[in-house]
Amino acid sequence: MYYAVTFALIITMGLALARAIIGPSVYDRVLAMNMFGTKTVLLLAVAAFILGRPDFLDLALIYALINFIGVLAVLEFFQDRAARREDENEVES
Amino acid sequence: MSLALVIDIASWLLLSAGGVFVFIGGLGALRMPDLYTRMHAASVTDTIGPALIIIGIILQAGLTLASVKLVAILLFLLLTGPTASNALASASLLAGNRPEYAKALSEEENQ
Repeated sequence: MYYAVTFALIITMGLALARAIIGPSVYDRVLAMNMFGTKTVLLLAVAAFILGRPDFLDLALIYALINFIGVLAVLEFFQDRAARREDENEVES
Repeated sequence: MSLALVIDIASWLLLSAGGVFVFIGGLGALRMPDLYTRMHAASVTDTIGPALIIIGIILQAGLTLASVKLVAILLFLLLTGPTASNALASASLLAGNRPEYAKALSEEENQ
């Protein structure tokens, strides 16, 4: 049954990757990246029990932390860039 | 019917339900028409999917250090998933992307 969950998770990771590739805006790509990271955490947690190695759970915990910080950092970057572009447009007009 | 069998069945049910929810969320994130509806679909894979899957694994693990770590992972995912979604939606709104239904509404008002 662990294998069924692993299969569903891997399929979903594929769907998220497809959305990241075709996503029209950068925000779609960030959304897909966030989904992919969550699925990776779950996959690590399930793999820890398939392989019988509970130390994989530490990797899952750290990956969840890194994923969250990464998404917020990327969003902050693009938000700043959008705000700066708006300022430039106001100066020009 | 022994207690171990009942716990096994409950944990398999939770794991399968979690897998189904995660798959539905992934399908929605691929098929929905605009960013905000996609986010709505993807948030299913951020909240109910991990909750069901991790509770299912905890039932298998029993009272060990592993289940403490799993509870930490679950709490962290439940805290950060909606926060990241909120930040993403507000960043997208600030950048000027409007939801499809809001566009349709303003077109109707203009006519």
